[in-house]
Amino acid sequence: MIYLDNAATTMHKPQCVIDAVVGAMSSMGNAGRGANEASLSASRLIYDTRERLCRLFGGASPKQIAFTCNSTESLNIAIKGLLEPGDHVITTMLEHNSVLRPLYEMERQGVRLTIVESDRQGRLDVSRIEEAVSSDTKMIVCTNGSNLTGNYVDVEAVGRIARARGILFVVDASQTAGVFPIDIERMNIDVLCFTGHKGLLGPQGTGGLYVREGIAIRPLKCGGTGVQTYNKSQPKEMPTCLEAGTLNGHGIAGLHAALGYLLETGIDKIRAREQDLMWKFYEGVKGIPGITVYGDFSAKERCPIVALNIGGYDSGEVSDALLTDYGISTRPGGHCAPLMHEALGTVEQGAVRFSFCHYNTDEEVETAIRAIRELAQEDE
Amino acid sequence: MKKKERKLVVTFHTTADAMAMEKACKEQEVPGRIIPVPRAISAGCGLAWCAGLSDRERIVSMMKKTGIEEEEIHECMV
Repeated sequence: MIYLDNAATTMHKPQCVIDAVVGAMSSMGNAGRGANEASLSASRLIYDTRERLCRLFGGASPKQIAFTCNSTESLNIAIKGLLEPGDHVITTMLEHNSVLRPLYEMERQGVRLTIVESDRQGRLDVSRIEEAVSSDTKMIVCTNGSNLTGNYVDVEAVGRIARARGILFVVDASQTAGVFPIDIERMNIDVLCFTGHKGLLGPQGTGGLYVREGIAIRPLKCGGTGVQTYNKSQPKEMPTCLEAGTLNGHGIAGLHAALGYLLETGIDKIRAREQDLMWKFYEGVKGIPGITVYGDFSAKERCPIVALNIGGYDSGEVSDALLTDYGISTRPGGHCAPLMHEALGTVEQGAVRFSFCHYNTDEEVETAIRAIRELAQEDE
Repeated sequence: MKKKERKLVVTFHTTADAMAMEKACKEQEVPGRIIPVPRAISAGCGLAWCAGLSDRERIVSMMKKTGIEEEEIHECMV
């Protein structure tokens, strides 16, 4: 199988990640739930993972990293834990439902929501965000890169607007963490939400958020924390504040190993390779008659994603043909990004998304190009 | 049960703080070890740093330098 659905999850994990999870499953106790060696070794490993993430994202303190199951949970925590009825929040058409649905829920509770439109290439004009700011704007929440088109969003420019106007800035780094450089300080990010199983190359069920010191988020969950047992409220200190219940220690052990791999290999090297594969694929398919490629390919920086359609064919049908005739795994349909499809004009058809990982080979990309060419010819 | 001695016991707000403490102490060769918080100090659970009374100054200055925040510093029979 040729796996080109890495924007959904990276399937090929470094061997050290697999070994770390297997090792943890035969040795790891419950972190923070005692001073026995099994529990302590879990606590140490989890703390070390906080340190690695903090280093990767240019954070000020590892304590500000809280673990969750994925970006969706992190975004729910940030959005529901910071907004209140009467607040104004700004987001963009590029967002995934993990941002949009919590925002719509808050809108029903009295939050005012502005969604900044993109153009038909899915490009965001950052100055439109600034125009949307008003005196009651509490938060800007936006993605660092579209999961559908791969368009990269200059969050540093958005962060400057947020900081200048004293607005909270929440970033969805689902498509960029582990691939693009993220610097919480330089980009003025207040809450960074990430998942562990995509570019970070860790197991599914891992993820988290970095919360700038001094920002208090109302916890989404409360429960056991291993500390302050007789306190009737969830402890207010980070990271315990946002971590009720047993953490996914086995998964975090894998994420720890994945971060070691990334820090050692260098994300610049990984990004360069993934972008090479993406450009090779794009150059190979863009001129094929009947092919429509979506997104902005005039920008140098973009996520390693190419979304396309063949003529008027249903994207699901094309994706199925790619799998059954060529053994290529892609993702068709809506990609949980309803507003982006509205902007691209692909609500009915969906789009076939090819997303690359540095483990993919040139030969795999060549096979995918040939497959698209042959399928497009069948269409003629 | 072994005979108790009077010791320095540092408690923390979170397990992450306790882990930061253990790591910093190991790196800077500051003596002590992680223990469960003694009942005499708090009826809650959690981890504490336990060291000799004579290590107090060294521990306090290391914590200040490293930016590790304690909940409380006690002297008690452990």
